[in-house]
Amino acid sequence: MAEQPLIFARGLVKRFGDFTAVDGIDLSVAPGEAFGFLGPNGAGKSSTMRMIGCVSLPTAGELRILGMDPARQGPAIRARLGVCPQLDNLDPDLTVEENLITYARYFGMPRGLARRRAAELLEFVRLADRAGGKVEPLSGGMKRRLTIARALVNEPDIVLLDEPTTGLDPQARHLLWERLFQLKRRGVTLVLTTHYMDEAEQLCDRLVVMDGGRIVAQGSPRALIAEHSTPEVVELRYGQESPAEVAVKLAGVGRRVDALPDRVLVYAEDGDAAAAQAHERGPAPASVLVRRSTLEDVFLHLTGRTLVD
Amino acid sequence: MAAVGDARGARPVSPASTLAVLERALTVYRRVWRGSVFSGFLFPVMFLVAFGIGVGGRVGQVGGVDYLAWIVPGVLAATAFQTAVGECAFPVFGDFRWTRAYHAMRATPVRVGDMVAGWLLYIVVRVEIATAAFLLVSALFGALRSPWAPLTPLVCALVALAAAAPMMGVAARVEHDGWFALVFRFVVIPSTLFGGVFFPVERLPAVVRPLAWLSPLWHGAELNRAATLGGVPPWPVAAHLGVLVAFAAAGAVLAWRCFSRRLED
Repeated sequence: MAEQPLIFARGLVKRFGDFTAVDGIDLSVAPGEAFGFLGPNGAGKSSTMRMIGCVSLPTAGELRILGMDPARQGPAIRARLGVCPQLDNLDPDLTVEENLITYARYFGMPRGLARRRAAELLEFVRLADRAGGKVEPLSGGMKRRLTIARALVNEPDIVLLDEPTTGLDPQARHLLWERLFQLKRRGVTLVLTTHYMDEAEQLCDRLVVMDGGRIVAQGSPRALIAEHSTPEVVELRYGQESPAEVAVKLAGVGRRVDALPDRVLVYAEDGDAAAAQAHERGPAPASVLVRRSTLEDVFLHLTGRTLVD
Repeated sequence: MAAVGDARGARPVSPASTLAVLERALTVYRRVWRGSVFSGFLFPVMFLVAFGIGVGGRVGQVGGVDYLAWIVPGVLAATAFQTAVGECAFPVFGDFRWTRAYHAMRATPVRVGDMVAGWLLYIVVRVEIATAAFLLVSALFGALRSPWAPLTPLVCALVALAAAAPMMGVAARVEHDGWFALVFRFVVIPSTLFGGVFFPVERLPAVVRPLAWLSPLWHGAELNRAATLGGVPPWPVAAHLGVLVAFAAAGAVLAWRCFSRRLED
């Protein structure tokens, strides 16, 4: 028999008045999995996360977290979750260390244990030297790491991360990914939302692509690329000619040709061969880039839109 | 309205979580307590000097005692009242709007009832510190005339709960902090001026007297006065206490609803 899923949803719906944020999604997250929600702003990722975090009740459908019903066992479920919200809500009136200890006390942890746990976690997120300092002077990346440490204080079964690296500089993002990867290796179940492809590819074993409140595709990053894209993509930019006109001339090159406002994408098994063909059939491109397919291409193919404008 | 994710019929408050919320408030307070205790001393001393000695020197006696001794119990209740309203205005509003501390608690096993109860306990702690400071100063001025005077901290705690609970509801409900200026202008200041703190409400025209009865401050001031001067309050003690308890209970329900609504999404 398969292990019981930590998160299970069927026909999950969230409506705010007339607006349907989540429109009947099915999910199942297994223990130890790193699971991602990928989609543009407004796709319904955060609404789904809030329902999983038991701070927002489903309008319809079935939802089970750790085998329990959020409508009736909210506090018991929340006791076993770690939440890193999209908006930082660290306590600016407390020190870095006090933020962790105070939060541990919300979970009923004894003071001494809370203190030890806080010290361990500050070590883990590399903020031990800031323990006695204020929160306000910390950089964005440090605050996010502190929020993640806070989410781990109760040794949760599931860690929920809502856009964990949005707004961080590349260096801060890489440090954060590395720490999250460590957690993953320890077997912590991670559920995260992101609109960054590289983040999803780096961290997620499995993900769902959301658009307009629905799940439009799911699988591992590699399987999604294999299913919805080609191994390679050629990006062609032109001087005078509009990408739409060029795309018509290039029809038949590779497996598929897409025109974006600023470039033409040719999806192909062999990028170099397709680039050569494009040279013969169309006008001379101003620039040619052959690259591997990414989740961005999957998303573009599935929704007709790019993820980050 | 049921709070999100809390079982219907489940206890709305858990003692451990409530204490954790109180602990957080006290941890923040620990940074500023020196200043607040200092102003806790300064405020009553200024009042007693200005009104008790300055004004009292011209007023003479009220109700058979010198004016200073007459206003001490009222100012004591007013201190509790104002501290409670003040600590439930910007601090509560800010913990929803600026620090989002309540949203942080919401992600943990802490329930809305714990948030409300924990903050009310904190208010009681604050008010008791202010009351103790005031009582000490009053005793030095010789204004405590009855062995019942040690009951005043209990009355002040009730006044604080009666004022704090509804104010928490307001602070959770309003969209702009501009509302607080209105609360101070139209509730706190009139209560302090006309709620039996500086002169007996019997001096007011009969038609407006019931307005004073509506303020928890008047009930607290009269109970305190009975305790420090050894007299009998205008209403039966149980009636005064009943009004204060009713304000606290109705306020707590209001606060619970407003908190639940603010945290719902």
